[in-house]
Amino acid sequence: MPISRDDVKYIAHLARLGLTEQEVSHFQGQLERILGYVDKLKTLDVSRVEPMTHVLDLKNVYRKDSVVPSIDPPAVLKIAPATQGQFYKVPKVIE
Amino acid sequence: MNLHVLTAMELRSRLDSGSVKPQDILEDLRGRYESVEKKVMAFARPPSFECREARAAGALKGIPVVIKDNICSRGDLTECCSKILKGFVAPYDATVVEKLKESGASIMGKANMDEFAFGSSCETSCFHPTKNPWNLDCVPGGSSGGSCACVAADEAIAALGSDTGGSIRQPASLCGVVGMKPTYGRVSRYGLVAFASSLDQIGPITKDVRDNAVVLGVIAGHDDHDATSARISVPDYLAETEKDIRGLRVAIPREYFVEGIDPDVRQAMMEVKAKLESLGVRFGEVSLPHTGYAVAVYYIIATAEASSNLARFDGVQYGLRQMGRAEDESALIGMYKETRDKGFGAEAKRRLILGTYVLSSGYYDAYYLRASRVRRLIKEDFDKVFKEYDMVLTPTSPTPAFRIGEKTGDPLSMYLSDIYTISVNLAGVPAISVPCGFARSGLPIGMQLIGRPFGEADLYRAAFHYEQSTPWHKQKPKL
Repeated sequence: MPISRDDVKYIAHLARLGLTEQEVSHFQGQLERILGYVDKLKTLDVSRVEPMTHVLDLKNVYRKDSVVPSIDPPAVLKIAPATQGQFYKVPKVIE
Repeated sequence: MNLHVLTAMELRSRLDSGSVKPQDILEDLRGRYESVEKKVMAFARPPSFECREARAAGALKGIPVVIKDNICSRGDLTECCSKILKGFVAPYDATVVEKLKESGASIMGKANMDEFAFGSSCETSCFHPTKNPWNLDCVPGGSSGGSCACVAADEAIAALGSDTGGSIRQPASLCGVVGMKPTYGRVSRYGLVAFASSLDQIGPITKDVRDNAVVLGVIAGHDDHDATSARISVPDYLAETEKDIRGLRVAIPREYFVEGIDPDVRQAMMEVKAKLESLGVRFGEVSLPHTGYAVAVYYIIATAEASSNLARFDGVQYGLRQMGRAEDESALIGMYKETRDKGFGAEAKRRLILGTYVLSSGYYDAYYLRASRVRRLIKEDFDKVFKEYDMVLTPTSPTPAFRIGEKTGDPLSMYLSDIYTISVNLAGVPAISVPCGFARSGLPIGMQLIGRPFGEADLYRAAFHYEQSTPWHKQKPKL
């Protein structure tokens, strides 16, 4: 299946990856080759097979709704690149 | 004293008798590190040779353990060998680390790995590639290449790795050590930086089978912090290794012995079969008909899950932050893109693009959903075999270690080096890699035993009896 440069740029945008023009060319060819390889799955008839997203036969896993110790918020904020008070600081979202 | 060459169990008896103190082991490992690490480069950063909080008197009291750089240990850098996590000091212990500390083990340091565990050669680490201790021009395998190389080079007594598609077993095989990928749900994933959450498992890497059984016994078990960890009791794996293996039924899948397998690896497997037969094991040939689809299924499912899991690395909560350019749609989106472009290496970007593509509107059904259906067929192949057999024997890797740089230009050929290990993660079953000989080049070869869900004890039993009747685990690389 042919992949265009615009396809790669669109996917990179969805993945929030700012690629250089050189990277776009590079990944275009590689993505095309890898997708060509995985196309072998199309030779199987799986219309009557249920998808399996998980190997365990797990349904909802419940726990008691009780207060337990957690990581100290300041210890978590300390590892962030920018904070203000008890918040993460990010560039302006609304102009 | 040459303490670094000993196993954890050998050190255990010396510690118990009082002839050795925990600090003696660390001092000895310091000497070993200073003499060989510049050749092997197994660590992500220099380890600590101070005796660190070894709280209780458990199975690993006084034993130093190295962990992979994607497992959180409180107060230590945990960077997944990625620039995007530069400076990340974990604010908590992973459950496996907590359990190691409770058993008396001392966390010595962090091993090198492929960035975010994306790779089969340890070449995608942002720090440096690790070398194979048996031949410094070759890769140690990956992604837990540092964990396996430091054990093989006697720079560590035991290590933990993580395995999503073979990342414990393939490097264990290439480095000539023992590596176990437990059943999905056997070991808590809490504190393991997630790659593909439906496939990831943490497991032990050791010099022999008994050490492996002991370490798994320490780290296994249910954990409230991981809803997918199983509420199934943990057997005494060490005691299980001693049990008889006569009458054990082992299947050999014909799909695993086709073109692409190295002749030395094929020969080694024939000798394994003969050895196990002489120990009373019965063999039969079976078919796992969907084996040929496993790599394709894996590179859809694993990258899809990775693209979702790695969305959290965006310059907000931890690690690297880079501001965007003026032409970006907004300052915030620009920061995300620039942070991720500068922070992720080429293999991580490739997988994030592939994973995003297979989940994107218009392609989800054709790729992700279809792969999830084929995944069920792969699991059902194993279910059928385990009705008649106790385990499956295969090579761990189609070839011994390849040369550094040999596969970096061709991602697909790198992906195919995991062809024997990937189905195991898709099916969620346990598998162990055990040294089973050497190629004519002098590089180690590993065999893989695949078991029923929660059948780790059977695997240890077969692996232990095989190991005890062969000389392979006693061989050491010349460094």
